[in-house]
Amino acid sequence: MDANIIAAAAINGLLLGGIYTLVASGLTLIYGVLHIINFAHGSMLMLAMFGVYYLLTLLGIDPYLSMFIMVPAMFLLGYLLYKGLIGRLSSGKDENILLVTLGLSILIENLALMFFKGDSRTILVSYSDTMIEVGPAFVPLPKLISFAVAMALCAALGLFIQRTDTGRAIRAVAKERVGAQLVGIDVDRIFAISYGIGLATLGAAASLMMPIFYVSPTVGHVFVLVAFTVVVLGGMGSFLGAVVGGLIIGLTESFGGLFLGESMGQIGISLIFILILLFRPSGLFGAKT
Amino acid sequence: MNTTHPLSRRLILQAGAASAVLGAPGILLAQPKPVKVGLVHPVSGGLAYSGGQSRMGAQMAIDEINAAGGIKAMGGAKLEALLGDSQSRPEVGVSEVERMEQDGVAAYLGCFASSIALPATQAAAKYNTPFLIDVGASDLIVNRGLKNVFRLKPGFGKCVDDAIVALGDINKGAGGLAKTAVLVHEESEFGTGTAKLLAGKLPGINIQPLETIKHANPTRDFSNIALRIKGLKPDLVIMSNYQNEYVLLARTLAQQKVDVAAMFSVLGGGFNYKLVKEQPDVAHYMMDFNHWFNPKNAKAQALKKQVEAKGGLFTFEVYLSYNCIMLYADALQRAATADKEKVIAALASSTWMPEVMPYGPTKFVNGQNEGGRGALLQASKTDIDVVAPEQFASAKPVYPRPKM
Repeated sequence: MDANIIAAAAINGLLLGGIYTLVASGLTLIYGVLHIINFAHGSMLMLAMFGVYYLLTLLGIDPYLSMFIMVPAMFLLGYLLYKGLIGRLSSGKDENILLVTLGLSILIENLALMFFKGDSRTILVSYSDTMIEVGPAFVPLPKLISFAVAMALCAALGLFIQRTDTGRAIRAVAKERVGAQLVGIDVDRIFAISYGIGLATLGAAASLMMPIFYVSPTVGHVFVLVAFTVVVLGGMGSFLGAVVGGLIIGLTESFGGLFLGESMGQIGISLIFILILLFRPSGLFGAKT
Repeated sequence: MNTTHPLSRRLILQAGAASAVLGAPGILLAQPKPVKVGLVHPVSGGLAYSGGQSRMGAQMAIDEINAAGGIKAMGGAKLEALLGDSQSRPEVGVSEVERMEQDGVAAYLGCFASSIALPATQAAAKYNTPFLIDVGASDLIVNRGLKNVFRLKPGFGKCVDDAIVALGDINKGAGGLAKTAVLVHEESEFGTGTAKLLAGKLPGINIQPLETIKHANPTRDFSNIALRIKGLKPDLVIMSNYQNEYVLLARTLAQQKVDVAAMFSVLGGGFNYKLVKEQPDVAHYMMDFNHWFNPKNAKAQALKKQVEAKGGLFTFEVYLSYNCIMLYADALQRAATADKEKVIAALASSTWMPEVMPYGPTKFVNGQNEGGRGALLQASKTDIDVVAPEQFASAKPVYPRPKM
């Protein structure tokens, strides 16, 4: 096979991995740090994407600028959802949270179907089809932007968790809930903040994805399984893991498609999921339990 | 003393009942029993948009018939819609059919997806209730010998045959410039079946398929497929995919500047007004062979305006469902009854003219209308035009498309 095609497939895979990283970064925080399996992650992404769509079509706000609205809005939504619903219904039990988020996702998707209808929508912005030459590949500018911002976002999140007081509190709650409570950390608030940050990353992801992708009430399904795979591969709670995992999955999908055909190529993702669970359940960068 | 009171009450009730019965014939004569039409569409779940469009088309026809005085031969009987939701699931489609039988349904309309239509029509066959198929491509729907099933639109096989003829004509008209094609299709029955039929028939119009590329649903990125197509340098790209992948693929091919004489599809999942509106540069010059209305017909244009005035899109689901209800109304008018057996006979011998469509008069053979046909369409930056057959065409085809 032509070396140029292989190189181009590698570039496409890395860029695709950037999108996966974006979606997975919030999930790794919620799933990894707080041990909440957030089934509503996909439907929240969908909600954020519709937010970006309507900000552009109704108010004319550029998708990248809408990030400054969507990130705080999604944080607030996450915070209030946790405080008002998830936290209350879960009674501190992880398995309850699982069911609550599953119920939420069904509710949100069906409400979206009712209000937005079932069809897919795309947006057109002046830079949608601007192509940049990257080595042997022609790459749409929005994909490069989403890649760069995804990397920066994960670095910022990693720093936030490592260096700030709230970050330390999140880590403390993740490691030892009772101990954290004993030293005066408001555990419930930390849970709500973490859930809020997890959803805020989806606000950013939605802004970066809308110029590339489409939105429909079921768009969450397209990404959520891949995002779970990225989190498991990278290691739960690790932002470096989300980056490396996202890129590996992107490359796997791209090369799988190239060598096995686009239909068979996606098997690679499921294969990685199974192999990681079998041989390294804590993931590449996850803390061993 | 104790017995007089209940007796007198009974007497009053009996008197009331008698007066109601005596007065009833007048009311019954003025108000014939409505004919209940069961709409079995997926208005929730993955196919919700299409289901909603189908329901809208059927309702428009029912409202129009009722406003014009109902079915004349039945004393002005009105049509009444029983609204069903198959939730995009075959088993729910069947249970909706069963439920509507209890409610006294006279005929069904549905189901958008072949997978729902197949079991739902079978369930209706138990009761010998007429079932009109508005959308449902699989030819199996009418090939099983069910006497109650009628499909107005052409099936899958005929669409592919007609599409090949239309593509052959247009290519011949341009001096046979396209000699090779790459087929890209989604992996389910729809895409695989279409691509297989096309690949077999393309050599007959002197176009050689270079490669058939299958992709999964969903496919999140088409960059590699675009690269492969670029490497193969075909004259045509022929696509069979559902809406989301259709749009992503078309967009990627445009971004990667894959230069071909035409991007062509048969029953293209994403070829519609929405594509033209949202991605005009991507849609421009794309061609599709699909169900379409007759753009030269005033009634069709009036319906289009009616839908657009409500903020909707005049998609094929709308006018196919609309026409099926009109076809049923014609059968009721000729049978002068909603009796299932007689309506089935009236439908089977129907020669109704669906003027809104580019069709001839209906002629049902084993439930399939042989008077129907699709149209070759081409998108401009603002609209979709019929470019063949010529008697219905609203524009001339641009073929080959200008270089990117």
